[in-house]
Amino acid sequence: MKGNSLPMKGREFLRKKRTPMQLEQILQYSFSGLSTGAIYALIGIGFSIIFNATGIINFAQGEFVMLGGMLTLFFLELLQLPLWAAVPCAVAVSALAGILFERLAIRPLRQPTPINLVIITIAGSILIRGLAMLLWGKDTHAIPPFSGDEPISIAGATILPQHIWILAITVLIIAVNKFFFYHTISGKAMRACSYNRRAASLVGIDVRRMVLLSFIISSVLGSLAGIIVAPLTMTAYDVGIMLGLKGFCAAIIGGMSSGMATVVGGLILGVLESLGAGLISSGYKDAIAFIILLLILFIRPQGLFGKAESERV
Amino acid sequence: MKKLIAVCGVVCVGLLSATAVFAAGTIKIGGLFAVTGPAAFLGEPERNTAKMVVEEINKAGGVKGHKLELVVYDTSGDATKAVQLATKLIRDDHVAAIIGPSTTGESMAVIPVAEREKVPLISCSAGIKITEPVKKWVFKTAQNDTLAVGKIYEYLQRHKQSKVAILTVSDGFGASGREQLKAQARKYGITIVSDDTYGPKDTDMTAQLTRIRGSRAQAIICWGTNPGPAVIAKNARQLGLKMPLFMSHGVSSKKFIELAGDAAEGIKLPSGKVIVADLLPASDRQKGALTAFVKDYQKHYRAEGDHFGGHAWDAVMLLKNAIERGGDTRATIRDQLERTRGFAGIGGTFSYSAQDHAGLNNDAFVLVEVKKRHWSIVK
Repeated sequence: MKGNSLPMKGREFLRKKRTPMQLEQILQYSFSGLSTGAIYALIGIGFSIIFNATGIINFAQGEFVMLGGMLTLFFLELLQLPLWAAVPCAVAVSALAGILFERLAIRPLRQPTPINLVIITIAGSILIRGLAMLLWGKDTHAIPPFSGDEPISIAGATILPQHIWILAITVLIIAVNKFFFYHTISGKAMRACSYNRRAASLVGIDVRRMVLLSFIISSVLGSLAGIIVAPLTMTAYDVGIMLGLKGFCAAIIGGMSSGMATVVGGLILGVLESLGAGLISSGYKDAIAFIILLLILFIRPQGLFGKAESERV
Repeated sequence: MKKLIAVCGVVCVGLLSATAVFAAGTIKIGGLFAVTGPAAFLGEPERNTAKMVVEEINKAGGVKGHKLELVVYDTSGDATKAVQLATKLIRDDHVAAIIGPSTTGESMAVIPVAEREKVPLISCSAGIKITEPVKKWVFKTAQNDTLAVGKIYEYLQRHKQSKVAILTVSDGFGASGREQLKAQARKYGITIVSDDTYGPKDTDMTAQLTRIRGSRAQAIICWGTNPGPAVIAKNARQLGLKMPLFMSHGVSSKKFIELAGDAAEGIKLPSGKVIVADLLPASDRQKGALTAFVKDYQKHYRAEGDHFGGHAWDAVMLLKNAIERGGDTRATIRDQLERTRGFAGIGGTFSYSAQDHAGLNNDAFVLVEVKKRHWSIVK
């Protein structure tokens, strides 16, 4: 009896899978996963760019995500700017915060060992979060969606216009990123720094300028991620912690490359989380992300896609 | 020898001031609120309200000629800190009674201290364990989760909906709600067909809701505090869920409507009466207290008073009444508190007894619905 019941269940399970309802569900999980994954990817790229330029993990990366959302809200509500003006302003101020952070906290360090730098970035993240709490309070805030919130139905699954914005902006950013690193002098110089900082400085590349540039790009990417996701998830002074960690996971899966590998890492993470929450149990959602992180660090510390990718900027 | 005398002296002074709580002419009341940290949304309005009420009482001449003095400490939601500060309030500040703490975890930690030191404690948190079983020195003003769950189930039973899906947040508030939802289901003939949770910081709950859509649930009950439920409301709208969505009293403030926007439309939830104070019929016994509280809070803080602040309002007023009726030491204040009957406050109409230190019944909650971005009472 007992031996018989298991395969029966298995068969039933398979048959159920094929019903349209189940397919719809899987499709819905995947859509949700892809849009969250895109956000993880953007944050992950921010991690990688700074890592490649300086060799450190910038744990304040999540705070730039928070700054993006909160600053947009600030410009929208307090200064009454329209959305199209508030977004660039928020990105600009975040970039400024990135510059200040690099100038005041990273550059003056006498002995820039990685461990010192990492601790400084953690301190920086606590500081930024604390300032945001004092400035804007502890409440959660909603940001209006970019273009309405009428659900769009695709083959039984539904998405919001904001999801399309997220995917489109992510693709655009990745394309610009690629162009920058492969077809501009500054981008090529940054790549050179990531391969060998000493050699790069010997051929006349200003490494410190490249480090500053990496902080600017990362803060811009982080804040953009924070802005496009805020209409869906809302924003508060402490949203940066979890998003930052998930972005870090994405970067680890991608082997700290600032190219496609991290993007794929983010998408894999998002989809697995969503499928796990839907098919297994929602209680394990965050556990899935961190189990993946640990597995990758144990088994493939060079990232899911091998060594060649990991050395690229 | 000198040292011994000094120690004896300190102990004597300590004992003297501990018994004669009114010696200095003012009555000291201790406040333990989680003003910062994750429970700040409870502690901040509670502290504000307690300060406001004490100020108003003193402006009107105090209690039986004595001025009240409120000594407030911030526990930042930390149980260890709450215990230390409770001891400090009792031993150093010699307070007559303590109001708070804000969360159930902190309250449970502070209870042994209050019991040992024989100091009346009026907790502002909701956990049912605080007053069940009854502890001699411990009272509470926040409504039990049981009452909120009962209010939703009553409605479902009336509308012949018996299959529900529950979606609770994975923290203390959600766990307690989940426990009550499961425990009371049978009494109302309700079956829970889907039982899901989400993390307090989760930003997308479409996975859980998609699963619920695939179940046979006729209604969804979500138990959490902002912002999670607002995300769930938005996700449910995105998925085009047709079944009615119920929330807990954890989101009964304007903030929820503001966060969820159009997605809040039609959502029902049990709530203390504060948010619908002006919609209540004049016959409601609490109406006077409610409108006074809302107006006062607006005047003092230019913000809307919520039911969290209401818990502190009730605690201070209960204490004031107990002292007025003749409580002049910690022990007599306790006895008088227990004799409170039919006090119409913010959280409900309180009647304490030796068997009941929570003091509220079903009419503490009303079921409200969001209509055109405002609350309305469900008949």
